[in-house]
Amino acid sequence: MKLNRRNFIGSAAAVSATLSAPMVMAGSHGKPKVVVIGGGAGGATVARYLAKDSKGAIDVTLVEPTRNYYTCFFSNLYIGGFREFSSIGHTYGKLAAEYGINVIHDWAIGVDRDAKTVTLAGGGTLPYDRLVLSPGIDFKEGAVPGWDVSAQQKMPHAYKAGSQTQLLKAQLEAMPQGGTFAMVAPPNPFRCPPGPYERVSMVAHHLKTNNPTGKILVLDPKPKFSKQALFQEGWTNHYDGMIDWVGPDFGGDKVEVRPDAMEVVIDGEVTKVDVCNVIPAMKAGKIAEIAGVTNEAGWAPVHAATMATKADENIHVLGDSSAQGDMPKSGFAANSQAKVAAMAIRGALTGSKVFPAKFTNTCWSLIDTDDGIKVGASYEATDEKIAKTDGFISKTGEDAALRKATYEESVGWYDGITSDMFG
Amino acid sequence: MNGMKHIIMSAVVACFAQTAVAERADGDAERGENVYKKCSSCHKVGDGARNRVGPQLNLLFQRPAGSIEGYKYSNSMLRAGADGLVWDYTSLDTYLENPKSLISKTRMNFRGLKDADDRADVMAYLRQFSDNPANIPEASPTFVGTDHSVDPEILALQGDPEYGEYLSSECVSCHQIDGADTGIPSITNWPTEDFVVAMHAYKDEKRIHPVMQMMAGRLSAEEIAGLAAYFEKVGE
Repeated sequence: MKLNRRNFIGSAAAVSATLSAPMVMAGSHGKPKVVVIGGGAGGATVARYLAKDSKGAIDVTLVEPTRNYYTCFFSNLYIGGFREFSSIGHTYGKLAAEYGINVIHDWAIGVDRDAKTVTLAGGGTLPYDRLVLSPGIDFKEGAVPGWDVSAQQKMPHAYKAGSQTQLLKAQLEAMPQGGTFAMVAPPNPFRCPPGPYERVSMVAHHLKTNNPTGKILVLDPKPKFSKQALFQEGWTNHYDGMIDWVGPDFGGDKVEVRPDAMEVVIDGEVTKVDVCNVIPAMKAGKIAEIAGVTNEAGWAPVHAATMATKADENIHVLGDSSAQGDMPKSGFAANSQAKVAAMAIRGALTGSKVFPAKFTNTCWSLIDTDDGIKVGASYEATDEKIAKTDGFISKTGEDAALRKATYEESVGWYDGITSDMFG
Repeated sequence: MNGMKHIIMSAVVACFAQTAVAERADGDAERGENVYKKCSSCHKVGDGARNRVGPQLNLLFQRPAGSIEGYKYSNSMLRAGADGLVWDYTSLDTYLENPKSLISKTRMNFRGLKDADDRADVMAYLRQFSDNPANIPEASPTFVGTDHSVDPEILALQGDPEYGEYLSSECVSCHQIDGADTGIPSITNWPTEDFVVAMHAYKDEKRIHPVMQMMAGRLSAEEIAGLAAYFEKVGE
């Protein structure tokens, strides 16, 4: 940058305003700049904590394509009829107005790591000192033979909340009496490990009232799944005989779909279905791959203590897209990682104090009315990974009062985390 | 909107006025002392009882709602008091049965006593600490920190609220900082001692919530003190 009178005065003001800070690594352009891509549990949280805790010392920009963001967590409860669709929708007005975050509704399509800039689909370019990527997940091409994104209207994934969720619910409601709802479950690792099985529970809840002779067919490439004993106990208690779970021993790992014919082929055997929810294998959101910070498996390896990528210390990856160690891919985990990253980034850019990283996760699931279960753990940062230190899980055979309290707790948590994300 | 609430509240109060004294002023105070154990981790009563998580309950009968000096009530409770709600057998019976049905945004995290005898008995117990028959409470206050005893050295720790603020980012993934408490209790503006006692009760696995046992389990006594110091004052 050419030194002229204006930017000289600007820099002098910036220095005197931050004299108490031990170091200022603002580069040559005034206030340090952080660009956050993705406005979900990781991105909205990191943007809010950076803006709030730096008290204006960091210039925070949040890039998120949608103006109305729908949370994936609790979207199954909408499918089951326990929530209104509008109740899982959020906007970014408070982050912009109350926290001074520059919210841009656009797609990030390029990252120049040498120039430290992000390119937007709308044509803009954003310079950064630190870049935070929290783009959620994308699907691996060819993961389920016969399915690609062009088939998502016929066979929705509904694994990014929004119109896909509404479509799946509409298809469920239009299902003929006695029809079959099929789900192709994803292989590990994937977003929200209990998610597919909570969804099966919510679909069963809908069918029990509206279509009691309807059937659910779950085709699963995994021999076991999250909270399995709890879900299977609940399915027997509430939906006996309705749900057929087919694991890899019986062809759950050899599935092909034919969206035009509404057929699934299980180990060579053709079955006609009425609704088919295909949840393919996943990888990090595309921008992480574009930035060149992902590994062969499609995820972005990060340092546990800072969530900075192993490929580039100026790029942090949060939540589902990161390969961090023991934490599941969940909204709670992304929110937890975002606070650690915000602290580390503030420390690096403004010299604020950095405390040891701590992480937590809890995943609640609903099986039927007032029958909630949960699993959770605490974690710490080691040199190698985010490592689990302690954990708990709901027990089979718990009494109804405890299950009801667990469900009510999840409703409280939803309000808590969404105010922590969106202000 | 406010006006509407006002009218509804006034109607509720008018209802109480008409029934004057409730039908159940005949509870068993001895049994009520036992029922009161459900209240005593938050509410103190007796000689010298102070405000804790909840306000002290001496001279409760005929007390206007939300009127104890120095206790931080919810806005809902303050509004009810301003609208003329006074605690008597009828209003207390309704409140104790389901607190949120009477004061929709009360900070009292209590599901309520569904059994009418339990309510009558606990009111009979509390009646002993009100005017006539007992002007001045003589019983010793219910024990501080009833559900767990904590080493006095731990209670004496002065927490660093700044450190507490950093640590609080883990709490607010579930507990809302503004004190809203649907499904998950409010932890905002608790007296530090109650906060510390509750957290150590989880840490020592005397209180049984698995998430809280895990969260408290890895916090040091200094960290708990820091959180207590932060949450005591937050938002003030």
